[in-house]
Amino acid sequence: MILLSPLGALGRTSLGFLASIGRVALFALATLRHMVSPPFYGREFAVALLNIGWLSLPVVGLTAIFTGAALALQIYAGGARFNAEAVVPQIVAIGMVRELGPVLVGLMIAARVTSSIAAEIATMKVTEQIDALVTLSTNPMKYLTAPRVLAALLVVPCLVGVGDIIGIFGGYAVATGSLGFNAAAYIKNTVDFLEPLDIISSLVKGCVFGGIAALMGCYYGMNSGRGAQGVGRATKGSVEAAAVLILAANFLLTGIFFSL
Amino acid sequence: MIALSDVHKTFGSNAVLKGVNLTIESGTSMVIIGGSGTGKSVLLKSVLGLVHPDSGLITLDGKDVTKGDRDAFLARFGMLFQGGALFDSLTVWQNVAFRLLRGSLKRPKSEAREIAIEKLRRVGLKPDVADRFPAELSGGMQKRVGLARAIAAEPEIIFFDEPTTGLDPIMSGVINDLIREIVVEMGATAMTITHDMTSVRAIADHVAMLHGGVIQWTGPVKDMDQSGDPYLDQFIAGRAEGPIEAVR
Ligand SMILES: Nc1ncnc2c1ncn2[C@@H]1O[C@H](COP(=O)(O)OP(=O)(O)OP(=O)(O)O)[C@@H](O)[C@H]1O
Ligand SMILES: [Mg+2]
Repeated sequence: MILLSPLGALGRTSLGFLASIGRVALFALATLRHMVSPPFYGREFAVALLNIGWLSLPVVGLTAIFTGAALALQIYAGGARFNAEAVVPQIVAIGMVRELGPVLVGLMIAARVTSSIAAEIATMKVTEQIDALVTLSTNPMKYLTAPRVLAALLVVPCLVGVGDIIGIFGGYAVATGSLGFNAAAYIKNTVDFLEPLDIISSLVKGCVFGGIAALMGCYYGMNSGRGAQGVGRATKGSVEAAAVLILAANFLLTGIFFSL
Repeated sequence: MIALSDVHKTFGSNAVLKGVNLTIESGTSMVIIGGSGTGKSVLLKSVLGLVHPDSGLITLDGKDVTKGDRDAFLARFGMLFQGGALFDSLTVWQNVAFRLLRGSLKRPKSEAREIAIEKLRRVGLKPDVADRFPAELSGGMQKRVGLARAIAAEPEIIFFDEPTTGLDPIMSGVINDLIREIVVEMGATAMTITHDMTSVRAIADHVAMLHGGVIQWTGPVKDMDQSGDPYLDQFIAGRAEGPIEAVR
């Protein structure tokens, strides 16, 4: 019996894990259904666009510019070991667009947007505002979840695009400012090197990561426990889940885009 | 008519409702009393489907509330939550007019705002609170905004969860009169939870006392003082000694 109990615990954990995957999948399906069926809440959608998109620009821009700049320094130093310093523009471009741009923007969105969505909705749950919505004939999934997820699906790819450009510019600034690259040649190398698939993969990743971030915020918020502790747990759980899922999805998408 | 029969609800190991039977006739005012934590709020939420009972049947006009068109069902109800449950991202008037600004009852913004201000006036709030946010109001004011929101769309059935808690005696009187007026003049059905015996006498046609997970006593308000039920007597008199253990 004693030997079996760890197995039992393992089984219970696995079952719990599978059950929660099922619940998240059902939640995502319900969200999709509410996104395409009326009524639509335009004001909620506009506010979500503003919060998720416009107000995230500063943090996305700062993250991207420092990352692009550091990347240029690293590649220059690393490339020098085998006399390949000249590849800085190409590697910065590909590194930012294919990988770092979407992932870092996704993680920043998980930190900034997922947490705030989860905390807001969990507080609404704890203070009975979600119940109040229901009694006022308003479906909380339609009113709270659908506009936020839709806004994230649309606006996070734009943020990723902006992040990619700013990141490349960060590399450009360091390379031309202190590593002695020629400005015109740097830009030409970057533009010539990037292929449409690089950019498409970047934007698709942005869309998926945005969807994950908003969905996790809503899911954990709606399923929050009671009291301030419930709100805290929901917020923490949502950010953890969003970050891990974004990194896992990144691996999957990279595989799909570049090795198949 | 709302009818509950043999309704049970358990949270984890905490059995809250253990077979509640209760009938509320249309156009009458039912007041639910009972000790703190006996499940009065859970009872109201069960009728609205916000809490799902483990077993038992709840009907509205003979139809099972869990079946049929939920939107049409909810459109007949208004509810004041114990904690107010105001939307803190919206201003006071937008809270009150929530139902009038979207969905099937949607109307022009200016008209919705006028109705909201009129309802605020009826709960004793001046028009200048209309553009403030709920967080800027006192607890009692928030309660009254919640009340205004519950009655804004003039629903047929209104649930009030402790409408006068946190209000001064004069304002309590105003709210009691308002609830009575809604029932008598508009013909609404009201179900009110309160701990305030003055309110009970002012609002109720019928009284039900919830204790130990069941309806301990129910009857017309005029019979309340001669019920001969020791639990009810202790509750009305507010005595610490009696069949209801005060210190658990
Ligand atoms: N969502 C929930 N999860 C777990 N337990 C709950 C939940 N809602 C209510 N309870 C429990 O049910 C019991 C009854 O709660 P309820 O809010 O109905 O009490 P009440 O009669 O309205 O009390 P009060 O007069 O203090 O408002 C309490 O023990 C409470 O802890
Ligand atoms: Mg209560």
